[in-house]
Amino acid sequence: MLTFTEEHEMFRTTVRDVVRNEIDPHCDEWEHTGDFPAHQLFKRLGDLGLIGVEYDAEMGGGAADHVYTMILGEEMGRCASLGVAMAFAVQTDMATPSLHEFGSPELKEQFLRPAIAGDMVTSVAVSEPDAGSDVAALRTRAVRDGDEWVINGSKMWITNGTQADWLCLLCRTSDEGGYRGMSQIVVPTSTPGFTVSRKLDKLGMRASDTAELVFEDVRVPVANTIGEIGRGFQQQMSQFQNERMIASYQMVGAIELALERTAAYLQERQAFGAPLAANQYLQYELADVAADLDMLRHHNWAAVAKYQRGEDMTREATVAKLKAARIARRMADLAVQFHGGMGYVEENWPARFFRDTRLWSIGGGADEVMLRTLARMNGILPG
Amino acid sequence: MNVVVCVKQIPDPADPGALDPNTKTLKRDGKLILDESDSYGVEMALQLVDAAGGGEVTLVSMAPNGETAGLRTALAMGAAKAVLVSDDALQGSDALGTSKVLAKAIERAGQADLILTATESSDGYTGTVPEQIAELLSLPSVTFAKSITVDGSSVKVQRQTESGYDDVECPLPAVVSVTAGVVEPRYPSFKGIMAAKSKPVDQVGLGDLGVDAGSVGWAGAGQEIVEIATAEARAASTVVEDDGEAFQKIVDMLAELKIV
Repeated sequence: MLTFTEEHEMFRTTVRDVVRNEIDPHCDEWEHTGDFPAHQLFKRLGDLGLIGVEYDAEMGGGAADHVYTMILGEEMGRCASLGVAMAFAVQTDMATPSLHEFGSPELKEQFLRPAIAGDMVTSVAVSEPDAGSDVAALRTRAVRDGDEWVINGSKMWITNGTQADWLCLLCRTSDEGGYRGMSQIVVPTSTPGFTVSRKLDKLGMRASDTAELVFEDVRVPVANTIGEIGRGFQQQMSQFQNERMIASYQMVGAIELALERTAAYLQERQAFGAPLAANQYLQYELADVAADLDMLRHHNWAAVAKYQRGEDMTREATVAKLKAARIARRMADLAVQFHGGMGYVEENWPARFFRDTRLWSIGGGADEVMLRTLARMNGILPG
Repeated sequence: MNVVVCVKQIPDPADPGALDPNTKTLKRDGKLILDESDSYGVEMALQLVDAAGGGEVTLVSMAPNGETAGLRTALAMGAAKAVLVSDDALQGSDALGTSKVLAKAIERAGQADLILTATESSDGYTGTVPEQIAELLSLPSVTFAKSITVDGSSVKVQRQTESGYDDVECPLPAVVSVTAGVVEPRYPSFKGIMAAKSKPVDQVGLGDLGVDAGSVGWAGAGQEIVEIATAEARAASTVVEDDGEAFQKIVDMLAELKIV
């Protein structure tokens, strides 16, 4: 069981108020335009200390415990656009953890400090057209030329890709195949040879820009390598744990709000002479989601405790990511169904929620990858 | 410049409040939060101190059970310290009793150039405490400020009226009540929240302030709540059928309500 302090609760209030007052009012417009002003928003959130809450204080971080990250995720999950919440999570928990954990002081000074301040927007560039969840299949390659890497290849489905100032790139840096011979490299997007080849038109998360990126003889210093050359895959796997947990934290907030809103609608909406909430079937379906949400929340708490003890939490992050996405998808389906026609039109929240939640069973490691990991851990794979 | 802000910690309006059937007063035994009405005074004070180029903001509050949650929010916004008066004998205090305690707490807070309050609290709504504090401290009182500027030893206030505002100027120190919505209260930042943990809260009882327990609380209350009753359900809305002249009826209704 986690203990929440007065400071944790105050932090929750700040994030909830910021989301409600400064982000939500703009989400309809951002969903329509297909992007949001990342530099402007991240600067505002950086000024409030919401980026890098756990990172070193000397880099401008908060040096706080992981409970703050969980609270930040839960409250961002209540955002009217899960796309904006996801894009922000890329900055806080997907593109920067490796740099914080393994980066040299000089590299952190140049790229992490401005990211924490909200002065730079970041992306994590792992997936490729032929290598999504199967990270070992990626082909983008960096070849050493003196003190520089020369990078060629392409990346796909990159969140913040059209706005990022730098990428945390995972690519091959040797001829070893499979998981070996990869490195993480910080690539400034102003480097010649880097281009955004197209912005992707997605089913959901529409306020968040997603891009395909191309690297043609992109030269960056070898000093931009995060951590050890050749350890990129392992470092990225560690970074994925943060990504999967922040997704689960966000889904707790998202499911919680969807439950509240759907329950309120069922109380209000009259049909056949009584509120819809009078129907036992509807009550029980939502109660069942509420039970799932309780279990997810408590699973997250256990994961947070383990994270804070510095223990490996691969299993917890895998279970959290898998179940959070599936419970969110079920909640979204019920929200649309119970709102009827009102839930199927874009002017009401369930339609967007339905489209947005679908992503989390695909992005950050698809459900099938989570299941494969768990099957291996449980000895279910054939010998 | 040193500014003292009176802040009230109230039950969270988001949770359904309850009246104690015996005392006929609001139950305050749960978690208390900063009254939103006071967040404007805190913000105004922080801006005035910034504009003056120095000084600090001190909070004074009166709350049961040594409750500090609401104070911590204001400290996280940027106030430097707080004086909290908490004493069992304060239960049942009316507006005048509250004013006596707050006036003493303000004196304890040190030399203040300006004292800010909300125009009224969000749970009591008497709207009389600011003026009583001013009287007890023998200071000028300016109410319903929508804008405050300090110029040397005087304060200039735009005082909200029904038809606009009055320009008021008075010497410092003074007690000024601030209307809601005139400034945008800042969010407590992460660093502000962390810093608030170590900011001093001077917790005192009536004895520390030299206040006679018999002059406050139930013992000293000059007013009595004789009855509480459930509020009437809100009346049904008025439906104006449009016969081509509906706009005139609506304009007349708004005029009657003094909205236009």
